[in-house]
Amino acid sequence: MKLTVWTYEGPPHVGAMRVATAMKGLHYVLHAPQGDTYADLLFTMIERRNHRPPVTYTTFQARDLGSDTAQLFQDACQGAYDRFKPEAMIVGASCTAELIQDDPGGLSELMGLPIPVIALELPSYQRKENFGADETFFQIVRNLAKPVERTARISCNILGATALGFRHRDDIQELTALLYDIGVDVNVVAPLDATPTDITRMGAAHFNVLLYPETGEAAARWLEREFKQPYTKVVPIGVNATRDFLAEVAGLTGLPCRADESRLRLPWYSQSVDSTYLTGKRVFIFGDATHVIAATRIAREEMGFEVAGIGCYNRELARQVRSLAKEIGVEALITDDYLEVEQTIEALQPEMILGTQMERHIGKRLGIPCAVISSPVHVQDFPARYSPQVGFEGANVIFDTWVHPLVMGLEEHLLHMFRDDFEFNDEAGPSHHGGHAPAASAQGGPAPRPAAPPRDISEPEKVESGEIIWLDCAQKELKKIPFFVRGKAKRNTESFATSKSVREISVETLYEAKAYYAR
Amino acid sequence: MGRLLARRPDIRQLFLVGSCPSEVIKLDLSRAAERLTEVYAPKVRVLNYSGSGIETTFTQGEDACLASMVPVLPATDRRELLVVGALPDVCEDQLMELLNGFGIDTIRCLPARSIEADVTVGPNTVFALMQPFLGDTKEALERRGARHLAAPFPFGEEGTTAWLRVIADEFNVSDEVFEAVTRAPRDRARRAIAQAAENLNGKSAFFFPDSQLEIPLARFLTRECGMTAIEVGSPFIHQGIVGPDLDLLAEGPIISEGQDVDLQLDRARAARPDLTVCGLGLANPLEADGLSTKWAIELVFTPVHFYEQAGDLAGLFSRPLRRKGLVAGLSPRLEAAE
Repeated sequence: MKLTVWTYEGPPHVGAMRVATAMKGLHYVLHAPQGDTYADLLFTMIERRNHRPPVTYTTFQARDLGSDTAQLFQDACQGAYDRFKPEAMIVGASCTAELIQDDPGGLSELMGLPIPVIALELPSYQRKENFGADETFFQIVRNLAKPVERTARISCNILGATALGFRHRDDIQELTALLYDIGVDVNVVAPLDATPTDITRMGAAHFNVLLYPETGEAAARWLEREFKQPYTKVVPIGVNATRDFLAEVAGLTGLPCRADESRLRLPWYSQSVDSTYLTGKRVFIFGDATHVIAATRIAREEMGFEVAGIGCYNRELARQVRSLAKEIGVEALITDDYLEVEQTIEALQPEMILGTQMERHIGKRLGIPCAVISSPVHVQDFPARYSPQVGFEGANVIFDTWVHPLVMGLEEHLLHMFRDDFEFNDEAGPSHHGGHAPAASAQGGPAPRPAAPPRDISEPEKVESGEIIWLDCAQKELKKIPFFVRGKAKRNTESFATSKSVREISVETLYEAKAYYAR
Repeated sequence: MGRLLARRPDIRQLFLVGSCPSEVIKLDLSRAAERLTEVYAPKVRVLNYSGSGIETTFTQGEDACLASMVPVLPATDRRELLVVGALPDVCEDQLMELLNGFGIDTIRCLPARSIEADVTVGPNTVFALMQPFLGDTKEALERRGARHLAAPFPFGEEGTTAWLRVIADEFNVSDEVFEAVTRAPRDRARRAIAQAAENLNGKSAFFFPDSQLEIPLARFLTRECGMTAIEVGSPFIHQGIVGPDLDLLAEGPIISEGQDVDLQLDRARAARPDLTVCGLGLANPLEADGLSTKWAIELVFTPVHFYEQAGDLAGLFSRPLRRKGLVAGLSPRLEAAE
């Protein structure tokens, strides 16, 4: 059997778990059946966390449904309080428990526990994980943050980092150092590593850095309204965005925000000669809106790529992605259906994908290189080494990460020269990627074969594409073109032929098209 | 569904799987499956089952799936052996060779490798289970008149021999033939286990309830690998299925049914077993406490049945201990860095 349906986001209670797991001294009592306890392993396995998430499940069973699941919930609350002695608790229901309408908030209030108990109303069937995290963090801040005196030195809170976030751990470290560099202290980082007590003194900061709008915006807006703390709108991912962010902070604080750029290498790496092969590489970008917007700017302004299409899976921030797409003249794809993303990628035939774990799989299937830029991600994208996305070191990391899946400049030529050699043939792909080994025909033995070997999209499977017919000679000529640009050549030639109402593609059509698209 | 079938024309049978919420709202998946079968017949058959986590643990998904296939199997009066439970191809091939060696040739597998294979069932069918979590499938087959052959599960040399013995007896295979067919692979299995289990000998094991494989595995580890069991927890204990394994288990370990993870964690931390077999959600936190763990789900995905895999099965348990020894020098400095 094969797993055929994946989702980008879990239900909202998984978002609440991301907040609870990120924080310290907070416990989450979740009214949920046994099956929901498997969410634990998202954190302990994928993120390699060495503690169980601070979540107690009521684990009601079908036989409980007719009787008193409310008592079950209260027992679980009391048990969790006695065992874990948290500073504060959040309570709520999972998708299944929402249907039995036990009102965890009201039930826990009746118990009179001696700590703050915050009730979460997360509509499981209308909203998703990011909303769940955003709303949970907002409720925690709203219930716990108190007006306090501002710090003497200029300080800020950093909002939005959670468990299972894409490089959140390292982003916080990089951003804290960057802010320190320009004379701004960090008052509280939340939710990541914050205690409920830390939340109470968030009002002491002069402003907020909204690092991840997906999971911190509701809290940022509330803090702006209640505590008159402005928040930053630029997410400092990429060289230009980081510089803009520093200017924004300068505007908010009156500080002369000039950061040390001596360790920033992306600009020179991008200007150096080997990078000419990056010029105009067509990329498709998909992920959460924040990372997609940042990646789009980096791709265009800092790597010299051509952005073939962008999109995001979280509808909450779709508007920004739509307007950015309009600005750069591409279609925005707003969907949480990976099959739709796959179709779009197949149609656009980009030379690289910047995406999530899902797009990495799509890329494997279609034979298109992919770099991961956004959650959801798998265990390998929680690296041991320091690898932020934010700030100047983040820009260095991004340059390396994006270049790595591509065939290198000189390697392109070598692969072409030796294209008939069995080790360097067209299907070999980048030398540093074992996964692109030649097709199994040369291998013997009973090694397990993948059920559906990835189709090489650069290989014209059928001679006909729509109404256009490739003549044999043109087909042969096409094969002489290096495989990594063959898909583009094929697509360009076909659209050129369509525009000229040519139905048969000859060698001449091929070169006419090549001349037409030359740049 | 239309899009999925268009994208994957190779699909001949499709399952609608209910989740926890669809169970609470009593969504009628069987009606939906019937309607869809009418739409897509004869090319695609649509079946349904519940994958809800309200009552069940993850391995019961396989049970529910197989059980949903039983009512639509064609009937037969032939005397056939039905081997029930998903097996890796390599294990299935080995099994066929052993059974053919016994002279049994009317063998069917559920699930069959391809939907085209004709799996039939009837009053003269006898069936043997490959996995201890197939309780619903067992009942569904019994409703079709088939008879269950209870046996220890074919894990390890002893388990495989006992399992084959039950089938051999059912089909009147002579002791000479049984010996001739099994002698060489039995020897190999014993040698492989001895080698792989070297660092398991004398060690203690603690099983958290997870895959329902716990009792047969505890039998294998205690009787074939020289381990002692402290606690054997299983989400459900089905006497009719794991009884023969349970009978072989020595007195001593706590046998617990059902989940209370916090209390079980307290017991495990107090007992400090040499090896803890548990689910993925607990493995890293227990490793961080200094315990060695084997995550149970790998046992469901890895070929572990029959003689030739007996050494691999022991290896799955010994690898975490071996690894702990290999990287032992790391721990003090790791702690200091925190």
